[in-house]
Amino acid sequence: MQILTQLSLAHFLVLGAILFAISVVGLVLNRKNLIVLLMAIELMLLSVNLNFVAFSHYLGDTAGQIFVFFILTVAAAESAIGLAILVVLFRNIGGIAVEDLGELRG
Amino acid sequence: MEFKVIVFWILAVVLVFASLRVITARNSVHAVLYLVLAFFNAAGIWMLLQAEFLAIALVLVYVGAVMVLFLFVLMMLDINFDSMRVGFRSHIPLAAGVGVLTVVQMAMVLWTKVQDTTPPVGATGQAGYSNTKSLGMVIYTQYVYAVEIAAVILLVAIVAAIALTLRRRKETKYQNPSQQIGVRRADRVRILNIAASPRDETKP
Repeated sequence: MQILTQLSLAHFLVLGAILFAISVVGLVLNRKNLIVLLMAIELMLLSVNLNFVAFSHYLGDTAGQIFVFFILTVAAAESAIGLAILVVLFRNIGGIAVEDLGELRG
Repeated sequence: MEFKVIVFWILAVVLVFASLRVITARNSVHAVLYLVLAFFNAAGIWMLLQAEFLAIALVLVYVGAVMVLFLFVLMMLDINFDSMRVGFRSHIPLAAGVGVLTVVQMAMVLWTKVQDTTPPVGATGQAGYSNTKSLGMVIYTQYVYAVEIAAVILLVAIVAAIALTLRRRKETKYQNPSQQIGVRRADRVRILNIAASPRDETKP
């Protein structure tokens, strides 16, 4: 029962792995809904950040937390541009279903 | 059992539940709200890991800005979500298989290799230690170029988002300041040279 009563680095890493797997499953399940795809990607980045913070704590090095900064920045930029593309897409084809995106095909 | 451990288990269970609901929620607005819950719990876990600044930044940036942006877009667009759930159930076995396999493999590796229960070393336990201060000491000296690149990325994101969504309407009238400044008198006023004629005295 030491697993339940004592925290270790592995607890946080396994939690991150579970989150990552959940978001991969979400990518497969919701592959028609672009907005849920974006949310699953956010969740994936969150799990990566959790790993960085856990390692930073258990190794006593702040560099991991610095990298979380950059991942947060890139994730915010990605979601902003993704949502902008979503809005443009909705204006042009009247929906955000992923299978309608084949219109660019020649 | 330590209080910290109890808090960890509560946060972890709620986090996993919320993220499961994010990918299975029928209504996408509910999915966004569950994602907010997931971010809150993740911030709590980061707080347990003594990353206070990042925990608060996560709540401010994600819950305050990004998720509100998601909600905005979701409510602004009139989307038929029922048509997107066609075939949802048929993907479940494959997706669940892949997910469980991923977790089991990762957990096996991590449990055998990273059983590190030693308390963290360094200055984090001392009185007067400030997470924000120690981050600031590093981020503006050692990582200053990376921070500037991150700032440029944000700028590019702003410009791209505005350029993508900006729509010029044909019927809207715009002023063109350069044309306004470059205008000459000859474009506006025309002086006619009309010869004077004598007054007609017969009319009243």
